[in-house]
Amino acid sequence: MTSSSTSNSPCAACKFLRRKCLPGCIFAPYFPPEEPQKFVNVHKIFGASNVSKLLNEIMPHQREDAVNSLAYEAEARMKDPVYGCVGAISVLQRQVMRLQKELDATNADLMRFTNNDMPNSSFSMFPGQYGARIGQGAFDHNSGFFLPYASQWNNNHSGCSSEEGGDGTI
Amino acid sequence: MASSSSSSSTNSPCAACKFLRRKCQPECVFAPYFPPDQPQKFANVHKVFGASNVTKLLNELHPHQREDAVNSLAYEADMRLRDPVYGCVGVISLLQHQLRQLQMDLTYAKSELSKYQNHGLLAAAAAAATIHHHNHQINLIGGMNLSSNRSDHHHQQQLMRRRSLDVSNNYDASNNNSNGSLLVAAGTMNAPFQHQPPRAAAGDGLRTPIHPS
Repeated sequence: MTSSSTSNSPCAACKFLRRKCLPGCIFAPYFPPEEPQKFVNVHKIFGASNVSKLLNEIMPHQREDAVNSLAYEAEARMKDPVYGCVGAISVLQRQVMRLQKELDATNADLMRFTNNDMPNSSFSMFPGQYGARIGQGAFDHNSGFFLPYASQWNNNHSGCSSEEGGDGTI
Repeated sequence: MASSSSSSSTNSPCAACKFLRRKCQPECVFAPYFPPDQPQKFANVHKVFGASNVTKLLNELHPHQREDAVNSLAYEADMRLRDPVYGCVGVISLLQHQLRQLQMDLTYAKSELSKYQNHGLLAAAAAAATIHHHNHQINLIGGMNLSSNRSDHHHQQQLMRRRSLDVSNNYDASNNNSNGSLLVAAGTMNAPFQHQPPRAAAGDGLRTPIHPS
């Protein structure tokens, strides 16, 4: 990505912060001047210094993805100040659980047919395994989230639902 | 959550004020949500978002929304510290991927189920015909191609032929229940007898999360 500082045009970050955009500006490759809102959002939610520290802690080839994910989270938080992108996670998780249940039910029907026809057969005619949990990670009963990692911060809030079909609200 | 507002009244600073090394005032905005027994929660939120940003955000919300907001911020901060590149967005991508996979699996499983249900319908229709059409019925069911492109096509044909033989062998007055059940099952079937191709995955979802809207 062309550094905007080499063309004497400050990057969106330095423009916003009203400072000189130096050649080694860490923001310049990822906050082009034609996308001012991107930095505005990120700065409002995370703060420029936090973003700078974070970028300095990861490899240069990963920084673009990191900035884009921060921008996504910042935008989500601006649209939904209470839940941010965690709201989207909650919705997706409910959909995953619903489809999993539906798949399990369909597989159960299929097994009945195959068992009737071939009582001694263990042949599986459908992808995946009956009753197998697709994907990795575990269901966190505290938060109601199906997480790649468990999170320990949602275990004592009033809105937590611990049943299998937890709505994921926090 | 135990009332943490009392922490300041009992001179025990909340986790935020403890971390920031300042006096925890009675009206401290952090105190209700960052109890002193959860120091890591505030440490994470502060590292990712910064105390002043969190203060501004909480001040813009109604008091009844603040607990949920803090918990979602804590979750986001936790995810960002575990995965500094993708944070929560990595979780979203993973869930989207799982959703697509599940949808494909479900579509395929349903299409397989509809084939069995259709077989039941056809077998019941064949069994209801006169017995001197026995051989023709077998040819009709056995010859009915599933139009499947899957690798188990040959096995499916063998399965079909076996089912048709079973149905024809069971066709007598003493097995009206089995035929009746086939007709009942067929009556409830509403899926067309065709192989439904799985929904194509929409690109590489691992890098293109849904756009917040």
